[in-house]
Amino acid sequence: MRLLRPNLTLRRRMALPVAPVTDPQTNVLPPAREGNTALRWIKENLFSSLFDSVLTIISLLFLFFALRLALDWVFNLAQWDVITENINILMKGAYPSDQVWRIWLGLYLLGAIVGINLRAWNRELNRTTIAIAAIPLILALLPFASENARINLIIIQVTSAAAYLLTSILGDKRRRQLAAVMSILYIPVFILLLEGFTDEDGIMPLVKSDLWGGLLLSVLLATVGIIFSLPLGIVLALGRRSRQPAISALCITYIEVVRGVPLISILFMGNIMLQLFMPQSLPPIDRVVRVMMAITLFTAAYMAEIVRGGLQAIPKGQYDAAYALGFSGLKSMRVIILPQALRIVIPVIVSQFIGLLLDTTLVALVGLFDLLGIGQAILSNPNWLGRSQEVYVFIGLIYWILATSMAFASQRLEKNLGVGRNYDESQ
Amino acid sequence: MSKKFRALCICIFVLLALTLSVHAQDTSTLALVQERGHIICISHSGYPGFGFLDEEGNFSGFDTDFCRATAAAIFGDADAHEILPASSADRFTFLATGEGDVIYRTTTWTLSRDTDNNAQYAVIYFYDGQGLMVPTSLGISTIEELDGATICTDPGTTSELNIADAFAARGLEYTPLPIEDDEEAWNTYLEGRCDVRTTDRSYLASYASTAFPNPEEHMVLDITISKEPLAHVVRNGDDQWLDIIQWVTFALINAEEYGITSENVDDFLDSEDPVVRRMLGTEDDFGGKLGLPSDWVYQMIKQVGNYGEMFDRNLGAGSPLNLPRGPNALWTDGGLIYAPPFR
Repeated sequence: MRLLRPNLTLRRRMALPVAPVTDPQTNVLPPAREGNTALRWIKENLFSSLFDSVLTIISLLFLFFALRLALDWVFNLAQWDVITENINILMKGAYPSDQVWRIWLGLYLLGAIVGINLRAWNRELNRTTIAIAAIPLILALLPFASENARINLIIIQVTSAAAYLLTSILGDKRRRQLAAVMSILYIPVFILLLEGFTDEDGIMPLVKSDLWGGLLLSVLLATVGIIFSLPLGIVLALGRRSRQPAISALCITYIEVVRGVPLISILFMGNIMLQLFMPQSLPPIDRVVRVMMAITLFTAAYMAEIVRGGLQAIPKGQYDAAYALGFSGLKSMRVIILPQALRIVIPVIVSQFIGLLLDTTLVALVGLFDLLGIGQAILSNPNWLGRSQEVYVFIGLIYWILATSMAFASQRLEKNLGVGRNYDESQ
Repeated sequence: MSKKFRALCICIFVLLALTLSVHAQDTSTLALVQERGHIICISHSGYPGFGFLDEEGNFSGFDTDFCRATAAAIFGDADAHEILPASSADRFTFLATGEGDVIYRTTTWTLSRDTDNNAQYAVIYFYDGQGLMVPTSLGISTIEELDGATICTDPGTTSELNIADAFAARGLEYTPLPIEDDEEAWNTYLEGRCDVRTTDRSYLASYASTAFPNPEEHMVLDITISKEPLAHVVRNGDDQWLDIIQWVTFALINAEEYGITSENVDDFLDSEDPVVRRMLGTEDDFGGKLGLPSDWVYQMIKQVGNYGEMFDRNLGAGSPLNLPRGPNALWTDGGLIYAPPFR
C-alpha cells in the first residue's frame, strides 16, 4: 500500500487544477507564487520528488520507444492508398455511385437540423457548440477527403450555419418546437431518401437496402437500434414490474431468454432460420430490416433491466406523493417517476448504446457489408491483398471516434441535467 | 369450449398452415426469375478473384461473371442480377429457402453435399486441388515430415475435412487451427503461429505471389491431397433451371473453343459454320428449347465474354493473381475444360 500512495497523489495533482488553498487552521492564504507557469507545472507535477522524477523518466522512455515504432509504421511503413482508393465503399458500401447525391442531401438536412438544435437549446455559443458545429469543416480538411467530398462537406457547413442564423428569427419557444419536430422527422425522411420510391427510372429509383453498406450502414443500424430499443426497454421494464401476472411473466420470459443467448445467434436466427419458417408465397423480409429487428430486440432486453434499475432507485415517497396529488398511474409514471429514473441511468444507457454500436460489427458475419464487412471485402480484392493492418487500423479509428463522441455527448447531457451534481459538490 | 381456448386453437392452426405451406413449392425457377425481373446469385462476400467488391462498390470476380452471363442469357442484360453474399455455411440455406436462385460460389462437388443439401450440382467450372504451403526455412518436402505440425484451416470447408483424411490415412498427427476469416488465417500463418496453411493450390500460389512480403520464403509442397472440382449448384427438382445453368457454362466454354470473343462476336453473326450459327441463334432456336431468347449466347458473349476471357480478366494474366490455366485450359490445349456440343 505504501508503494501505491505516491502514485495516487501524483494522479490527484494532475487531475485537479493547482489553486491557492486556504489553510483551514489559520485561515490564511498561502503566499502568491511567481515564475514561469509551464515550468512550474512541470516541476510540481512531474519532478516534485525523487520518486516522481524516476517515474516520469521511465514513462517518457517507455512512451518514446512505444511511439517511435507506431509512428514509424504510420508514416513510413503503412501504405495508405488502400484507404484513399476505397474511401467511397468504406463510407457507403455498394450504394450506386450515381445516387450518392441522396446521401449527401440527407447529410445537408442533418447539418441544418444540428444548426437548428444548437440555436434552440443553447443560449450562447460556447466552445463545445462551436466544436460540434464545425465537424463538417474538420472532416473537409482531412488529407484523404476527395475533392467532391470536400465541396459537399463545405455545403453541409454552410447549410448548418444558415439554419442556425435563420432560426434566430424565431422566438425561444418556436425554435424548440421546430427543433423537436425536425429531429423526430429526420430518421424516417433520411431512410426514405436512401430507399427511394419505385423501381422505375424516376429521379429517385429504389436502392435496395442490401446495397447499403460501410459506415452508412453501421451508423444507420446503431441509430435505429438506439431509437427503438429505449422505448421498447421502458415498456418491458414497466411490464416486468406489473401486478398482472400474465404481463410480468411474459416480460420476464422475454428478457431472460434474450439475455440468455448471444447476439450472433439471434442474428443467425433472423438471417437464416426466420426464412425457413415463413411461407414462400410471401416475399422474403428485407435482410437489413431483419438485422435491425434482431439488434433492437436484443438491446431492448438489456435496456429493460437498466431502466428497471433506475425505477428501483426512486424512493417510495415519490410514488406516494404522485398518488396524493391525484395523478393516475400512467401520468405519475410519465411526469414524475420515469424522468427521474432515466436521469439516474444515463451513464449505463449510454454505455449500452456504445456497446450496441460496436456490436453492429457482427452483421458482417451474416453477409451484410457494414464498415467491418467492407473492410474484409476490400481485403479480398486482388489489388489490395495483404493490407489488413492499414484497413483494420483505419476502421478501429473510426469506431473509436464514434464511441468516444457518444461518451462525450453523454457527459455533456449529464452536466446539463445536473446528474451526479450532489456527488461532485461533496468532493 | 371457452372463447379463449377456441382463439388459441385457431392461432395454432393458422401457424401450422403457414409452416406447412413452406413445402408447397411448385413454380418453376425460370418463371419466378422472369417475374422478378432479375436473377439472384448466392455468391462470395469476399474471395480474391472469384467474388469481391471493387473500388466502386460493384461485385467483381469469376463467380460474379457467371452470374452476369446468366442474367444476359435470360434478360439480354448482364446487369439484371443481384449478388446475395453468403458464408460457406449460409449458402445452402439461402438456396433451399428460395432467397437465391443459384449458387455461384466456389462450391466443391462431393457426394455427401450432393445428397444432403437438397441441392443439385450443375456443372464443374473450375478444377482445383488442395495444397499445403510451408515456410522454405522448415526444409520440408513431403507430407510425412509434417507429423505433429500445427495447420491453419478454414472451418466449414472441404479443405478442413481433407487435411484430416490425408493425415489419418498416413497415420500422422497434427493440431488444427481453424480460422474463419481468410485474411486472418494468412496473418496467423505469416506470424508463424501455424506451420502449414492449407487450401486450394491456385489460391495458395496466387495469394503468396501478390500479398506476401517475401514470397520466395514460402513453398507449396508438391503434393495434392484432394480433388476440388468447383461447381454451380441449383435446387433439386427443377430440371429446366438445371439445364439453363449447365448450358450457360457449356456455351461459354464452346465459345472459347470456337474463338468467339466479346470483341469479334459480331463478325461471327454471318458465319457459315452451322455450329456457330446454332450457338448464336442465327439458325435453329436452341434458346427456345431452354426457355431462353434465341440470341442468349450472343448476349452472354457480347456483354461478358467467353470462358477464357472471364478467366483471364479475373484470375489469369489480366489480373494481379496471374494464375496459369493449368487443368482449367480447354481440352484442346491439354486441360480438363470440356463441354458437350451444340447439336
